Formats: sequence, C-alpha cells, structure tokens
Amino acid sequence: MSPLARTAPVPAATDPSLIRNFCIIAHIDHGKSTLADRMLQLTGVVSAREMKAQYLDRMDIERERGITIKSQAVRMPWEADGTAYALNMIDTPGHVDFTYEVSRSLAACEGAILLVDAAQGIEAQTLANLYLAIEGDLTIIPVLNKIDLPNAQPEKYAAELANLIGCEPEEVLKVSGKTGEGVEALLDEVIKQLPAPVGEADAPARAMIFDSVYDTYRGVVTYVRVVDGKLEPRERIQMMSTGTTHELLEIGVSSPNPIPSKGLGVGEVGYLITGVKDVRQSKVGDTVTNSLKPATDSLGGYEEPKPMVFSGLYPLDGTDYPALRDALDKLQLNDAALIYEPETSVALGFGFRVGFLGLLHLEITRQRLESEFNLDLISTAPNVVYEVMGEDKQLITVTNPSEFPDGKILEVHEPMVAATILAPSEFIGVVMELCQSRRGTMRGMDYLSEDRVEMRYHLPLAEIVFDFFDQLKSRTRGYASLDWKADGEQVADLVKVDILLQGDTVDAFSAITHRDKAYSYGTMMTSKLRELIPRQQFEVPIQAAIGSRIIARENIRAIRKDVLAKCYGGDISRKRKLLEKQKEGKKRMKMVGRVEVPQEAFIAALSTDEPKKK
Amino acid sequence: MSFYVHIPFCTVRCGYCDFNTYTATELGNGSSQATYAATVGQEIGFARGVLDRSGVPHREIDTVFFGGGTPTLLPASDLVSVLGRIRDEFGIKPGAEITTEANPDSVSRESLRQLADGGFTRVSFGMQSAVPHVLKVLERTHDPARVPQAVAWAREAGLDVSVDLIYGTPGESLADWRTSIEAALSYEPDHISAYALIIEDGTKLAAQIRRGEVPDIDDDDHAEKYQLADQLFEAAGLQWYEVSNWARGEGHACRHNIAYWQGGDWWGAGPGAHSHVGGLRWWNVKHPAAYQQRIDGGISPGHGREFPDAQAVQLERTMLLTRLSSGMQISELESAGRTKVAGLIADELIDAKAAFAGRIVLTQRGRLLADLVVRELLDF
Repeated sequence: MSPLARTAPVPAATDPSLIRNFCIIAHIDHGKSTLADRMLQLTGVVSAREMKAQYLDRMDIERERGITIKSQAVRMPWEADGTAYALNMIDTPGHVDFTYEVSRSLAACEGAILLVDAAQGIEAQTLANLYLAIEGDLTIIPVLNKIDLPNAQPEKYAAELANLIGCEPEEVLKVSGKTGEGVEALLDEVIKQLPAPVGEADAPARAMIFDSVYDTYRGVVTYVRVVDGKLEPRERIQMMSTGTTHELLEIGVSSPNPIPSKGLGVGEVGYLITGVKDVRQSKVGDTVTNSLKPATDSLGGYEEPKPMVFSGLYPLDGTDYPALRDALDKLQLNDAALIYEPETSVALGFGFRVGFLGLLHLEITRQRLESEFNLDLISTAPNVVYEVMGEDKQLITVTNPSEFPDGKILEVHEPMVAATILAPSEFIGVVMELCQSRRGTMRGMDYLSEDRVEMRYHLPLAEIVFDFFDQLKSRTRGYASLDWKADGEQVADLVKVDILLQGDTVDAFSAITHRDKAYSYGTMMTSKLRELIPRQQFEVPIQAAIGSRIIARENIRAIRKDVLAKCYGGDISRKRKLLEKQKEGKKRMKMVGRVEVPQEAFIAALSTDEPKKK
Repeated sequence: MSFYVHIPFCTVRCGYCDFNTYTATELGNGSSQATYAATVGQEIGFARGVLDRSGVPHREIDTVFFGGGTPTLLPASDLVSVLGRIRDEFGIKPGAEITTEANPDSVSRESLRQLADGGFTRVSFGMQSAVPHVLKVLERTHDPARVPQAVAWAREAGLDVSVDLIYGTPGESLADWRTSIEAALSYEPDHISAYALIIEDGTKLAAQIRRGEVPDIDDDDHAEKYQLADQLFEAAGLQWYEVSNWARGEGHACRHNIAYWQGGDWWGAGPGAHSHVGGLRWWNVKHPAAYQQRIDGGISPGHGREFPDAQAVQLERTMLLTRLSSGMQISELESAGRTKVAGLIADELIDAKAAFAGRIVLTQRGRLLADLVVRELLDF
C-alpha cells in the first residue's frame, strides 16, 4: 500500500515536530536530480505525466551541463505510521565555486542525504560538502544510488561510506532513482532519522535566506527557512544586514509550483515575494525579520560574496559594448556574486573586468552571455587578486595585470587555497607531480579505502585557475576529483610578463606569473602568437618582457607577395569577390599599433588549447 | 570595343590547368571541333543583333583575342573565318590588334602565315618554361626546342610575338627559372607575360600536393622569382606595363589586356566566356555541348550576369587600374583612400614621384603586394 499522505499538513499551521528539512549532497552525475524527481512523484506533488525530467534544475544551462547552480525548495507530504509529515527538500548547488551557497542551503536543514553513485564512489566535491554538513551538525543518511547499474559495487562503496562517516556498512541505504527501488524506504528513514526543527514560536521572526532568484514576471523570489516566530502576508519585513524594509506581497511554499499560504511558521521552508527587482537586495545568508517587531540578533553566518577570479570580457564587435553592459546588468539581477566594472584595453577596446567566485562561475556566466544574449565575447586569461607593495610600502590591490605597478616591487601577496584531491592510488605519483609543478605543498594524505586516496595540498589559487582541473583529469584518465577552498595568502616571487608586438605592449596578454615560470609563459605566448598572427608587409617582432628586460623573442617575417597573378579570361568578378572576402576578414582584425591581429588570434592565444595553424 | 573568342579544346589537359577547356575524350558527344567555328560565328551574329537592339552605339573592333584552350588546335582557316565573321558584323578598325594564343606544337610556318594573311597581328606562345623537369610537372607536352622555331616562323610572317612563362612550379629552382627567362629573352620576343603558378582546387596538381607527391608552392619563392624576372626583363629592354606583363616599348603592350584593366567593353564569345558591356558583366554556359545546344536552339548562351553597384565598380577600377604602369588617378579615390597615400609612399609600395603628379603607380615591392595596396586604398 502506498504511504502517500491522505491529509497533507497545512503551511503556517504545521507543528514543527511534523516537519523534516533535508538536502541531498551528491556529485554532479551521481543522480541527485533523478532521485529528487522520483521523490516528487512518489509523494504525489508531481504526477508522472507532469514530470519533466530533472524538475528541479530550471535553468537551461544547468540542464545542458548536468549540474545544479541555483537551489530551490520543495514541500512534499509523506505519511509514516499513520501520521502525515511535511518534508522540505532543499536543493543545493553541487560545485565548489558555490561553497557559500551550499553552506547556506545546509544551514536551512536538519539533515542531509549523502548520495553516492554505487559504481563510482565518493568524489572530492561531495566530501567537501559532506564536511560542511557534518560541521553544521546535520544528521547524515548515507545512500548509494544507481544500484541497478550492472557495474555497481554497492558492498565496496558501502564500506567506503561507512568508514568515512562512522557507521556500519549495513546502515547505508541502497536505492535506484531510475527504477524507484528503495526510494520509499528512504523517505521513511528521513522521517525516522532526521530531527524535527526547533525554534521559538513566540519570539520575533527570524528566517534565513538560502536562495534568491530573479523571475521576469514576479521580481525577486526569496527562499527562506523560518527559525523563530512567524512570517505573514502583507506585513513589512526587514533585511537585517542592511536594515531595508519591504512589504511582503506574497508568501508560500513550492510544491513544486508556488502555492501562496497564510504564512510560514517555525521550521518551515518557503518563498517570499516583495516586488524588489534585484537579488542584491535579498542576499543569500541574510536574516529576514518583522520590521514592527524586529529581532535583536541576526542568525549569523552572512558573508558578502567574494570574487576570487577576475577576467576581462570584451565584445568581439565593439558596437556590442552597450549590449554587453545590459546583459551583465540583467545577469546580476539573478547573481549577487557577479561583480564588474568597465575597463579599456588597448588591444580589445571597451569591455568589463568581471569578478567570479571561481572558474565554473566564469564559464557559466560567459556561456549565458553568449547563448542568452547572443553576444560574441573574448575573455582574457583569468587571474586572481594580488596585493602588491611597491617601494612606497603601500599595498595596492591588483585585479588586472595592467594595474601591476612598474618599478621596484617589495612584496607580492597571492591568495592560497586548501585543495583536496581524491584519486585512485595508482595516480598518487602523477597528482603529486602536477601539484609540485604548480607550487603546491602537500599537507597530508589518507587512504579512503584500499585503492582510493585523499591528498591535501596548499596551492596558490593562481595555479589552479587556468588549466589545473583539465590537467588533473587528463593525467588521471578522468578518475581524480578536486575540491578547494580559500586558505589565506602567501608572499611569492611574482612578476608581470608583458607581451609586445613590434614594441607595443598588448595589454590583453600581460600576465602575472611566478618568476620561475615567466620564461615558459613568455615562450609559450610568443610562439603561439607567431603561429596565429598572419605575416604583415613589415617584420613583426614578438617579445616577452619583464619590465624592460626581454625574456623571449619570436619574429614574424614580412610578407613578400600578396597579389593575384592573373585575371582569367576577363573573369573580373571572381577577383573582385576575392577582395570583397578579404574585406570581410579585415572586419575581424584588431589593430595593435600597426599590426593587424585577427580576433581569432586573440581568442586562440587566450585559450588553453594548442593553436591551430594559420 | 573588343572581342574575346574562347576555343575550349586541348589535346591533353595540363596538370595545373582549371581553364574551361576539354580534350576530345572529356568532350563526349554533342559538340565538335569541326563545327565549332560555325557555332561561335553564330554567337557573333547574335551579339550584333543584341548590341544593335540595346541602343549601345555601334563601335568598330579595336582588339580581338583568341584564347583557350588551344586556339591553334583549330585549323588556321577556322580562326580566320571566325575573325572574318567579326569583321562582317562589326567592322575592324585599321591598326587593330588581333591576337591568338598558340601552343608551340600546334603551329607551322604555313599556319602562322595563314593567320597573318587572314588579319592576325600577334601571337602569344605558351612556352611556360625551358626546363624539361618543370614542363613535366606542369604536364606541358611541347618540346622546348620547338619554341624558338615557332617564334622565328611568326616573325617571318610579320606577327608580333609574345611568350608566356610560368614561375614557381613545384621543384623549380631559382636557377631553373633563370634558365627559362634567359631562353625566352634569347628569342627576342616583343612581349613577355610571366605568371606565378596558382594551384587551383580540383586540378590534378592540387591533388598531388595534397597527397604530398609534389611540394607545395611558396609565396616567398614566388616573390624572389618575380624580382629576378623583373630585373632581367628590364635589363633586356622590356618594361613592365602590368603586374605580370612586360613589353618592348609601349607599342608592343597587349592592348586587349589593357582594355580589360581599364574597364573597356568587350564581348566574349564561346563557352564560359565573360563579357563586359556598358557596365554589365555576364558569362556564358561553361560546357561546349550546352553551349552548342543553346546556339543551335537560337537561345542566348548567357548563363549568369551581374551589374556591379557603384561600390563594386570603385573596387574593380582600383584593383584593375593600379596593376598598370599607367596607374590610377589619385583624384578617383575616395577621401579615406587618399589619406593612405602618404603611408604607402613611406612603405615604398607606391612610386613617390608619380604620386606627386597625382597618380598611384606601384613600385616593384608594391606590385608584389598589390592586393594589400588595393585594400589600403579602398580603406578595407
């Protein structure tokens, strides 16, 4: 008999003891969305017919990439031992760039389902999120998914999970989101194992924002978890970090479509709509209270998003600059972590210096700008934020190599990360080699099981923003996984390498590197550019320099012939069309001094791929 | 007004050639060399009717050029009869230039005499190279020793003589090229055309290069050979008057070609031939069988046409006129192009003295970079 709840508990009138708030911690392709879909279906909030594949991942780009970026919460009824409960499933982003968002989602829950692919075992990012969950005192329910797969090894990975969180292998649940096997039992366990939320019903309202999403029709939709008191429609609420107040136009729960309610009480999870248009007025981690009867203390834990990686974004076509600005403005409505300011590059024209939480955030943002706003962009090599002390002993913050001071440098501070790498033990050697080549220091190594190892490294952030992850994947045949978090800074011997074309610095190619790597960066860029830049009517020297010292040099020989010998039998149209085609090509040229550089050359030189022959 | 007559026949197809020409086996049924003179004659009659009806004032013919293919594969009497048809329909001006291209192998003392008697004034021999291994890569079948013989016969018949050379063939050394230049000069022609080899898609040579059987051509090699040719031709008293053409004094320059570069009007008869009259450009169906079918059916052989707009005309004039030693008036340029002139002088791409006198004339370096100069002048 189906345990579908016959009478679902009503929002704003549900006793906290009947509420269970949980999230699912899982790696990208370990089947979280499929399991979530199955739960929505089993609890009857979405019929099989309505079921869109992967219901929770709303954004196209997420679906494309198979990852969850923005979380939401769904309220589901479920009956156990004759009592109807309300389960709130809070979706969490799965990627390291969004650690802060993950931590806020976790803070909205009492428990977490640790979901691991029974054919692959746990990955580093999952470990990182699991760590955050354990640190937040969440109750963990270990679950192996995809047990229907022929290559599943449930015993092996049950032992690994048990070893990791300190339970018995038999306590690890085994499910298949795809077939539905074990999912009902899992829902029962959520009710049985997870604690009910606790809060003071009569205290001034305090609710934590764990997500806020911009909706074209409704403005910002804010997702909250009520800790104390109660929020009701039409009252004025106050954001405790800024003190701003808004009228609560609508309050309700997602099931999974928004259903307005008479309010939200202790332990409940739902959404608020106030009519604001910008997510920065509704910040993840902030505390919402009642403006007439405000709480004195916020729930704590709020942090301003801090960009870790910067890159210049430039439209390929200079006339798209206003369109790029509008597009960034729109994205920012839905992405409080996105910051940008205008910048000008001699080589690339007008653009923006954009700050991101990490590389994935950069890539996603760029992809959205291109696909949703139809912009063609060049992005400069990503760089981190440096603190540079010149002779005047003043520390200046450098987010762009062009801000790196000339002259004598006393000290350069670079941000560091604590990285955790999980890999099969046969790859220990190659991983160590890679980390050492990236100026990493090993901080420890543990065997998770007989053949899987966790390595912990202290690494400069700058060394992992470029192609570290790709290198890690390719050297371990895809088996290694990586997680990192910011971990202080260090003083390092860093220099700025400039690339000069015919004596003119091409600002887009300047980079801050460790002195030991300056030469290899210089030779890499100069030889790449020699391949990419077509010959001109004069010789073009390409140089790499630290200050005025040239460290690498290549030459593009002058072109000697650029003429068609003949017009065949008076076929003048053909020759004219050749010239007209060259005109089109010329439009995609940028001038650096007197040198014509195809935009493709900028893109290729700034990408990590091998250059194609011109 | 000029006339071009295309003769789309060859005994063999050369490895580098993508011209509209056919060997007997390629041709198949539906067209014939034997009846070709009559067929193309019909187009000439058709041209007369079209031009008369168009209201373009009737003009006599200044220049005629028979190209191919290998025009001399047709009996001299056929070529003379086609020329006669042009004379009958349009009239030919006194002193007109009448040229045919010729393969040194497919002419004789008699045939050249016949052509001269029939009104031809000029013959252009496809010599290409004097070096056997180069001719072999080009798949030219003539015996190099045949060329001086043919040149002598042509002179004897009173014809102006031009020889065509090709440089930059895969495997051709600089010394090979010098040998060819010196051989050509030793025949004391009135005119030399020297063309850099172009590898056209779809040719046998292109496939051989793709498969790595012969080395690819190289622009730097071409540049060096051009400079050598220009130097040796000038030393022998031949002056350049167009990027790829040199003549013994102005009177020997090919007026027909100059008409192309200066935007003159001409009717091109024969399959695949291009025409330009009154600003309209059009071209005929390519295959001789299709062409013959059209003519037999009394239908225009025209296949496509275009009427270049003002911008396209400006582009064409710039790219064509700058190729000539007579150059282009700076006043014809738009203002953006005029601002480039000083830079082009500084880069030694155009002649300073000519520019002071109001003309764009390319230097030797400029001739090698003529397309670049044109892009500058058009402010691309």
